[in-house]
Amino acid sequence: MAADPASGLRVENLAVARGGLAVLEGVSFALAPGEALVLRGPNGIGKTTLLRTLAGLQPALAGEVSVPPESIAYAAHSDGIKATLSVAENLRFWAAVHGTRDISEPLSQMNLETLAERPANSLSAGQKRRLGLARLLVTGRPIWMLDEPTVSLDTDSVALFARVIADHLGQGGSALMATHIDLGLVSSRDLDLTPYKARAPEAGGISGAFDEVLS
Amino acid sequence: MSIWEYANPVKFMRLSGRVLPYVIALAAICLLSGMVWGYFFVPNAENFGGSVKVIYVHVPAAMMAINIWGMMLVTSLIWLIRRHHVSALAARAAAPIGAVMTLIALITGAVWGEPMWGTWWEWDPRLTSFLILFLFYLGYIALWAAVEDPDTAADLTGVLCLVGAVFAVLSRYAANFWNQGLHQGATLSLDKQKHIADVYWFPLLLCIAGFVFFFVALVLIRTRTEIRLRRLGALQQRERMA
Amino acid sequence: MIALLIRDLRLAVRAGGGFGLGLAFFLIVVTLVPFGVGPQGDILARIAPGILWLGALLACLLSLDRIFALDYEDGSLDLLVSAPIPLEGVVVMKALAHWLTTGLPLVIAAPVFGLLLHLPGDAQGWLVLSLLLGTPALSVLGTFGAALTVGLKRGGLLLSLLVLPFYVPTLIFGAELVSRGAQGMATQIPLLMLAGITAASVALIPFAAAAAIRVNLR
Repeated sequence: MAADPASGLRVENLAVARGGLAVLEGVSFALAPGEALVLRGPNGIGKTTLLRTLAGLQPALAGEVSVPPESIAYAAHSDGIKATLSVAENLRFWAAVHGTRDISEPLSQMNLETLAERPANSLSAGQKRRLGLARLLVTGRPIWMLDEPTVSLDTDSVALFARVIADHLGQGGSALMATHIDLGLVSSRDLDLTPYKARAPEAGGISGAFDEVLS
Repeated sequence: MSIWEYANPVKFMRLSGRVLPYVIALAAICLLSGMVWGYFFVPNAENFGGSVKVIYVHVPAAMMAINIWGMMLVTSLIWLIRRHHVSALAARAAAPIGAVMTLIALITGAVWGEPMWGTWWEWDPRLTSFLILFLFYLGYIALWAAVEDPDTAADLTGVLCLVGAVFAVLSRYAANFWNQGLHQGATLSLDKQKHIADVYWFPLLLCIAGFVFFFVALVLIRTRTEIRLRRLGALQQRERMA
Repeated sequence: MIALLIRDLRLAVRAGGGFGLGLAFFLIVVTLVPFGVGPQGDILARIAPGILWLGALLACLLSLDRIFALDYEDGSLDLLVSAPIPLEGVVVMKALAHWLTTGLPLVIAAPVFGLLLHLPGDAQGWLVLSLLLGTPALSVLGTFGAALTVGLKRGGLLLSLLVLPFYVPTLIFGAELVSRGAQGMATQIPLLMLAGITAASVALIPFAAAAAIRVNLR
């Protein structure tokens, strides 16, 4: 039930919570196809929480998201790669889970063809990240949510990563990223989350279950 | 006015604070009068001897042991369906009391069983299922303690309580099938069975009422403590976020 | 979802001794029992059903904490939750993979272990049947326990405390079925109860387990 990618992702007045208390509120943005959005803000502001909420891993406190989680592919620092399986086996598994797409194209796109039969634990950090990106391609989902995708990557791998993102955007996909590195993407915008920091209940923010003063 | 209003922590604190002294007083009156009556003004039964008087602790504790899990089941359901925090905290508050009641029932049972059956412990279905119930309580308490985030812990223990209730009942019947025991049938039921004489019956009723009030008082106190802890946690979290 | 089953089985095999570990543990239990109670055949024969069932239960318990823990650590569980397959189905496949790697080998090897413990010949069939009917329930209930403890750092001991009480009915009816079969008594009640517990667990527990996983990933 992939949503029409042409309409893009629209988020309105979203509030997300961590540990029962709101961390971000009133988050509104639009992400058009072919566009990338980089989440900015200090550590702990709620970038990961926002991405996980959009990916459907945790419920939102309030707000509207225009696309269902089914059209969002989520990836965190760990890519769900099984060390004892070969590159092709890893990919084939996720392809089957997402409804069997051909894995040869993602393999060649990520330059992994020669490594296809190697077990994943023999890959370098950069090669592993390429495998993770190939998994994103395999999902066939238009909107990518990437949490710190460049952690533990050397400069060459970062460049490859930026190229893959650019390709994905060029094919009408979109990406929402939490990263500190400038990837040099043409169609990339920054979204500073600092203004959306949840206010205290006294200041009109969403109150948690135990924010009322006990008599 | 609906009863759900008291699911609000502040309203609950206000109401429970007002009710608590009366509940404590009722518990004290019932327990004292029931125990004194039962221990000093009731003749020893000819074929039971003095040891029969342990029923004034044993029977109420055993009843509470089972019913507290039932109460936890109801409050867990309320939490899972309606997301009232007080309900989840009440279930958390009740669990250690239930575990202690189970333990009391087992120990007083052993004390009674020794003169009656000549053994401290027998793998009788009733005894065995109380032991299993005790294990369920331990698991429930341990899960609450192990999970850091309180709402996550409330959800997980809620699910555990539901599934646990089914399996506790199932274990009871399995144990019944496994070994036909020597424990007598239930001593009383709502329609007051024949084989317990009135002289024992009335003080026993008082003791049971006393245990119920005692339990309610303990749960209220412990739930109030839990609410204050959560409030404290919320304050600290707000401080960190500011 | 079949792909998930195949992947889990493949992982179990590659991890080294996925199938063998439970069996080896079972063998050790069976070897140790005569040292504890003496080598007399009649005593061993009488306690054999209980020992074999206890061994199966412990062998099953041994590998429970790995059902979800590895997938949780490497992020696969997040991805599986957001994948277009129902999480309940994921749980069933995980339980099935666990059963195929620990329960089924025990079922197949049980007659050998029964022989070691002097289990009478006509009880062998009952032993295999009871394990075949009962061990799936052990795997499914264990999956539920693993789902409850998936996010915890030291969940292993807690997992045993949570899961073992759930195993009581299965253990009672399973062992009872074998000993009744061995003595030539009526076996209908334990047989039906065992089958009933397994059927109900397989049908209902995955929903509870999936709910627990969703809560834990939140």
